[in-house]
Amino acid sequence: MAAPFDTPVLGDVTERGIPALKAGAMAGSKPYVAAAAHQEPLGFPGVLEDGWEKKAIGHMGELLGKYRSLQVFMDICVKCGACTDKCHFFLGTSDPKNMPVARADLFRSVYRRYFTAAGKLAPGLVGAREMNKETLDEWFNYFHQCSQCRRCSVFCPYGIDTAEISMAARDIMDAIGQGQKYCNEIIGKVHRIGNNLGLPPPALLDTLEGLEEDMEADTGVAVKMPIDVHGAEVLLVTPSADFFAEPHVLGLIGYAKVFHAAGTSWTLSTKASEAGNFGMFIGNYEQMRKISLRIREAALELGVKRIIFGECGHAWRVAYSFLNTLAGPWDFLDPRYPVPQHILEFTNDLISRKGIKLDKSGNDGMVLTVHDSCNVARGARMGDKPGGQFTIPRDVIRASVPKFVDMHPDTICDKTFCCGGGGGLLTDELIELRVKGSVPRMEALKAVVEQDGVTHMAAMCAICKAQFTKILPYFGHDREMVVSVHQLVSNAIVLGDND
Amino acid sequence: MGGVVTTFFAILFTVATLVLVVGLGLRIARYARTPAPLKIPTTPAPLTRPGVAFRLAREAVGFESLFRANKPLWIFAALFHFGLAVVLIRHARYFETEVGPLVALVQPLALYAGLAMVAGLTLLLARRVMIERIRYITGRSDILMLLLLLGIGTTGLAMNGLVHTDIVAVKAFFTGLLGLEIRPLPADPLLVVHLLLVAALMLVFPFSKLLHAPGLFFSPTRNQTDNPREHRHLCDWAAKLEDRKS
Ligand code: HEM
Ligand code: HEM
Ligand code: SF4
Ligand code: SF4
Repeated sequence: MAAPFDTPVLGDVTERGIPALKAGAMAGSKPYVAAAAHQEPLGFPGVLEDGWEKKAIGHMGELLGKYRSLQVFMDICVKCGACTDKCHFFLGTSDPKNMPVARADLFRSVYRRYFTAAGKLAPGLVGAREMNKETLDEWFNYFHQCSQCRRCSVFCPYGIDTAEISMAARDIMDAIGQGQKYCNEIIGKVHRIGNNLGLPPPALLDTLEGLEEDMEADTGVAVKMPIDVHGAEVLLVTPSADFFAEPHVLGLIGYAKVFHAAGTSWTLSTKASEAGNFGMFIGNYEQMRKISLRIREAALELGVKRIIFGECGHAWRVAYSFLNTLAGPWDFLDPRYPVPQHILEFTNDLISRKGIKLDKSGNDGMVLTVHDSCNVARGARMGDKPGGQFTIPRDVIRASVPKFVDMHPDTICDKTFCCGGGGGLLTDELIELRVKGSVPRMEALKAVVEQDGVTHMAAMCAICKAQFTKILPYFGHDREMVVSVHQLVSNAIVLGDND
Repeated sequence: MGGVVTTFFAILFTVATLVLVVGLGLRIARYARTPAPLKIPTTPAPLTRPGVAFRLAREAVGFESLFRANKPLWIFAALFHFGLAVVLIRHARYFETEVGPLVALVQPLALYAGLAMVAGLTLLLARRVMIERIRYITGRSDILMLLLLLGIGTTGLAMNGLVHTDIVAVKAFFTGLLGLEIRPLPADPLLVVHLLLVAALMLVFPFSKLLHAPGLFFSPTRNQTDNPREHRHLCDWAAKLEDRKS
């Protein structure tokens, strides 16, 4: 599947070149189609069945009536092109259909054909298009070249968010039997086993025990990794990658040390052993809700007072922005704390109250920069002020490391670029897309490595961490260059002598 | 001849006004009625309603996001839209017997505003032809819309600066129409073309991308407050899912 390709040559971040168009450059890039075994457990048809065209249009009509975003975005784009040079996938691939407006037009052209007077009367004039196999194939390819990062929505004068359109397109494709294997298989695992990786409870318990032993051997302090503990104060919900992959697991160790040092009782849950919610990637409200309700059930069963989320980008968007809607109200939890909280909010609060002590020498020799995860940056917040999602991670990193520098201002905070693997694209058959989509980030990283001697890049998202671990070597970096934010906290935290 | 033109335009403008008002009303009603099930403001976003009103005002008056996105385009857009705004305010004099203070204020700017509008439109059109990626996303309707507005602008300017029409009569015609009374309209060719194109603009408005003007205020990424943890946001159809035992 994944044909060989050339690793792109990185340009200069300060020049921000806009590539000349290469039509069809990524026309062949597509993920595996979900098999019936992945579709049916989610209530989707197993394969495309006769009459799918009509069903797709019917479903489109339903979504237009249910989502104001979709309805308004379909009508109001003026084709100004302000978004055209903002998508990392366009910048990295030069394929014009990866310009956000062109991507959205794949959907809009069908909308116009079936839902607008102009499209019915003069299809050629307004670029209206039939729903047929050719259209569907283009949808499948290009709506799986969008990581739902929302960068386009920052720059569009009306906030048109192509992510919303990609989600709607994927939902329609699921509803007619052409889902994406990667996402749907994973959602099936969450329902069946409890997490994206399909780690069953015994394996999870085993892993945590091993980690406790490692930590004690390392620090001489008995830091615990509690799971399914009734009556704990905090339920920690974290991406399952934190249980075994590096650098994720080093972050998990960081959370555990922070809880230990703060003296806060906490627990993980086997039922809610996954923070990620792929229901968002496939644009399916009911799936998103079902996945979220596991967290509610776990919180009720364990009788916790607070819910805290570990480092994960899209997960934090669903948690921060949607969890109250999907699985609230949270009136059974302690009203003094926001629901849910981010682990970085928790740690930052402790740092500023001097509730934990950090010793920067634990990270001696490291020069850090930070990659703002797209969905944390543009789809959520931390703390009580707008933009806390930028200051809080930086404050925590600065408190933990000797030197920190930011990357080019056009590539951080709400202008951050996606890592190239978000939104359900973190799958091997899309590796070319992922490498090329990471180019804008890699260019910015290269600049700080060369100018400021940056040695490591901190990330606060399981997808970013996995993506960079895989992609960094393509650009001549060590895969361990990407670190968890709480890995830095873990290295710096002073355990034991906290009263 | 004059009589035919008058009757034709009386009918045309009555129809165009109805289409514009009803069409736009229905569209806006649809936007207002369609629920926004999830909180999706593009963050950082304001935490309060007044904050949101200020954000929308900055977008509508200053094209804030566009400014961050593309400076040349922002200049072209500002030339066109601010020119258009001033021109439209001044045009109120064709519809009210007493000229209001705002109209009096912009009165001397008319020519410059008209020129700015046409210059902006020309630059926007040039962009569509010259820049490869903008050409790629441009459809025929996008070009036609610019040509339509350019046609309105240039005929208007020609009347303002070159071949004057009888403004008092134009005003009499339109104020008369508002009172459902038909008074003669001058049959000057420039005016006829100007008004034909204006009617066309009114007719396509509710069915075209010109919906961006009202649409901006309904865009959930711009008009929502960022307070999902404090206030539970639940739309009707999502609330129904909760009644069903899951
Ligand atoms: C609240 C009022 C309005 C706002 C905030 C607004 C804002 C914008 C913005 C930001 C753009 C993109 C930049 C550009 O291409 O110029 C745009 C484009 C455009 N606007 Fe408006 N607009 C408003 C009202 C109007 C009205 C009343 C008209 C026409 C009668 C209009 C006609 C257009 C056209 C034709 C374009 C596309 C220009 C092109 O093809 O490049 N706008 N508008
Ligand atoms: C029923 C509506 C309209 C009427 C009766 C009307 C009539 C006129 C007249 C009589 C003039 C000449 C002014 C003079 O000699 O000083 C004029 C100028 C102009 N018109 Fe219109 N017009 C209408 C709508 C519009 C619209 C919708 C636009 C823009 C989209 C527009 C753009 C212009 C411009 C740019 C000028 C030149 C600048 C100025 O004199 O204000 N007109 N119009
Ligand atoms: S959401 Fe991100 S990936 Fe998708 S079109 Fe917009 S900028 Fe590109
Ligand atoms: S910036 Fe917004 S209005 Fe302009 S082309 Fe892109 S999506 Fe359309």
